[in-house]
Amino acid sequence: MPIEILMPALSPTMEEGNVSKWLKNEGDKIVAGDVIAEIETDKATMEVEAVDEGILAKILIAAGTEGVKVNTPIAVLAVDGEDVDKAGEGIGEEPPAKFGSDAPKAEAPKAEEKPADKPAAAPVAAAPKAEIAADPDIPAGTEMVSTTVREALRDAMAEEMRRDENVFVMGEEVAEYQGAYKITQGLLQEFGARRVVDTPITEHGFAGVGVGAAMAGLRPIVEFMTFNFAMQAIDQIINSAAKTLYMSGGQMGAPIVFRGPNGAAARVAAQHSQDYAAWYSHIPGLKVVQPYTAADAKGLLKAAIRDPNPVIFLENEILYGHSFDVPKLDDFVLPIGKARIHKKGKDVTIVSWGIGMTYVVKAEAELAGLGIDAEIIDLRTIRPMDLDTVIASVKKTNRLVVVEEGYPQSSVGDFIANQVSQRAFDFLDAPVITIAGKDVPMPYAANLEKLALPNVGEVVEAVKAVTYR
Amino acid sequence: MATAAKKTSAKSKADAKGQGGLVAPKPADFTKEQELAAYRDMLLIRRFEEKAGQLYGMGFIGGFCHLYIGQEAVVTGMKMALIEGDQMITAYRDHGHMLAMEMTPRGVMAELTGRRGGYSKGKGGSMHMFSKEKNFYGGHGIVGAQVSLGTGLAFANRYRENKNVSLTYFGDGAANQGQVYESFNMASLWKLPVIYIIENNRYAMGTSVTRSSAETDFSHRGASFKIPGIQVDGMDVRAVKSASDLATDWCRSGNGPIILEMQTYRYRGHSMSDPAKYRSKEEVQKMRSEHDPIEQVKARVLDKKWASEDDLKAIDKEVRDIVADAAEFAQTDPEPDVSELWTDIVL
Repeated sequence: MPIEILMPALSPTMEEGNVSKWLKNEGDKIVAGDVIAEIETDKATMEVEAVDEGILAKILIAAGTEGVKVNTPIAVLAVDGEDVDKAGEGIGEEPPAKFGSDAPKAEAPKAEEKPADKPAAAPVAAAPKAEIAADPDIPAGTEMVSTTVREALRDAMAEEMRRDENVFVMGEEVAEYQGAYKITQGLLQEFGARRVVDTPITEHGFAGVGVGAAMAGLRPIVEFMTFNFAMQAIDQIINSAAKTLYMSGGQMGAPIVFRGPNGAAARVAAQHSQDYAAWYSHIPGLKVVQPYTAADAKGLLKAAIRDPNPVIFLENEILYGHSFDVPKLDDFVLPIGKARIHKKGKDVTIVSWGIGMTYVVKAEAELAGLGIDAEIIDLRTIRPMDLDTVIASVKKTNRLVVVEEGYPQSSVGDFIANQVSQRAFDFLDAPVITIAGKDVPMPYAANLEKLALPNVGEVVEAVKAVTYR
Repeated sequence: MATAAKKTSAKSKADAKGQGGLVAPKPADFTKEQELAAYRDMLLIRRFEEKAGQLYGMGFIGGFCHLYIGQEAVVTGMKMALIEGDQMITAYRDHGHMLAMEMTPRGVMAELTGRRGGYSKGKGGSMHMFSKEKNFYGGHGIVGAQVSLGTGLAFANRYRENKNVSLTYFGDGAANQGQVYESFNMASLWKLPVIYIIENNRYAMGTSVTRSSAETDFSHRGASFKIPGIQVDGMDVRAVKSASDLATDWCRSGNGPIILEMQTYRYRGHSMSDPAKYRSKEEVQKMRSEHDPIEQVKARVLDKKWASEDDLKAIDKEVRDIVADAAEFAQTDPEPDVSELWTDIVL
């Protein structure tokens, strides 16, 4: 049997990539370990090695092809004197199932060495482009440019670094590697090693160094490769960054941004999949931002960098590759602490933020089909929270569903439900439903992982429940 | 930063012999003026701390209160080599450090009593006090946290390419915290101008150095990071001064961090509520009678006839008056306005 060489997955969240170059031609003899092609993700170009010996019978995906789905056959290898001409027949018409396929997979590419517990970048190429309601912070008629969240974050940092000499970025792999998730791509080239600082793997230490530098008047952006690793640094974030302004009677604080991917990515299991929104939202002295769209990511990160307080900026690996319209403005800064009404409606209020919005946006289409007109609020900032916008909406719709990925106990949704019950109890026509991740450590198995996260069906069911459908 | 570090680290002075081949310098020769100034400054700390202990007993100071009595020569000698803009940061045994940075006794004492005239408006207390004006960056309650923060202050100096130095103090207890070594690594890698001053007063709360530390020579604690270190007689203000000269020169010349282990002793318990049963009264008494930093200066001054007993009594009187004034202020100044509960949380 000829062997199919499949488009390899090069990171936990990669769904597709580009075949940038073939290094072997049809008819070439291949030995296991030969580099046969180069695959380009939005993170990097990586080499694909052959696992089997044989003759490269047929190249199915030509060099230069973009958006090739993971597991698509890209070439066929004829082995043990098989007829090279016939080897490619009938192959590549039906991509194998993503999981559990018996088809031999292409050898995982040789990624650059990195710590085993720190995942590779998350190149999500062409994720769905979301529709968003007009933002009152964006002047009418502004030209919009389709931008990924990844690019928006990078642009925000670059613009602020151009604007203020005191702004610098530090973290693991932010400089020469160009960012573990490619968020700091190009910053080293523009700003140099003084302002784009690679740190050792030493979260507790460099978080403290960042806070100290902030206390001395600099404006650090500290990147955590993921917020899971910020657990190592939690003391410096809470006890040093958040409390110093108060403890010093207002004399000095820590104007610092801690940013990085937060929450579940894909198949990285318990220690790498946790949403920290509720943790940080508990702490006076911190601001906590968790954007969904690229425009919000850009405008709010710029605001966070200028903010004189410590800001926890919670990104999401899966959202990095999503594209949204970003206004083409010289200096697009959004206010921290202001929710955005994503869609106006009258029957129910759905509040979410960050990646939680992806479930809500998908549910909305279904709800419309059921004749339910939902008002969707993207909270954007968890602390200080724009409860006024939420309460005003609940007073109109009389129903509330909150959606987040974090754990259910003492969740952000719990706080919102509590505030709504205190401030708008008489307006409620149904109990508030809070949808959260399940109360379990994140499992690895694909089916269990899916069950552990919220889903669109849960959102639809919750809305039906509060609207008594 | 990384690029710059590569340029300067090619031939580190630290790798020659053991701890940088550095030898503890001889105690400085003090002039009459220096001796008398050191005497006065150390006496101010001693009398201030005695008064704080008294006010604690009277209930004016609450919570935790860690006195610096016995260790006065360390901060007094260190500050003698500082220039404008140098920063200081320490943990919670911080009253002496603040007085050494010329923060006012009134402001410090009023913070201890939780009054509005305190440096943090009464909201920080003994362990959490700051002065932006005097470059004192706290006053931190979490053992070891100040080491990373102090390294960050040095990072800012390096970033700004100024000649300032961060004096980062911590104890023999904090020296076992992990983030200390994370900070050592970065400070050495990036050649940050930070002096790590380990105040080894022999006890981490109630645990003696020999019971808590595998390596009790703290000047060697930077060995894995090519940070040189020296042991200093922290009871002799002249020895501290010469070590401070060496260390500040080392940092200002772009050599990166340096460690000074100050061998010192606290006479009082870890905090006001510590009965100090873990050591003998004889041990304390021996230290007080043979190595007291203030008595050493006094003996030299009298021996050289740079001052008479009466002259020294006059200094004592001046110091006592300052402390009495601070205590009076700290007891009569009003508590913070209740509105202060909600201020200074975010800007």
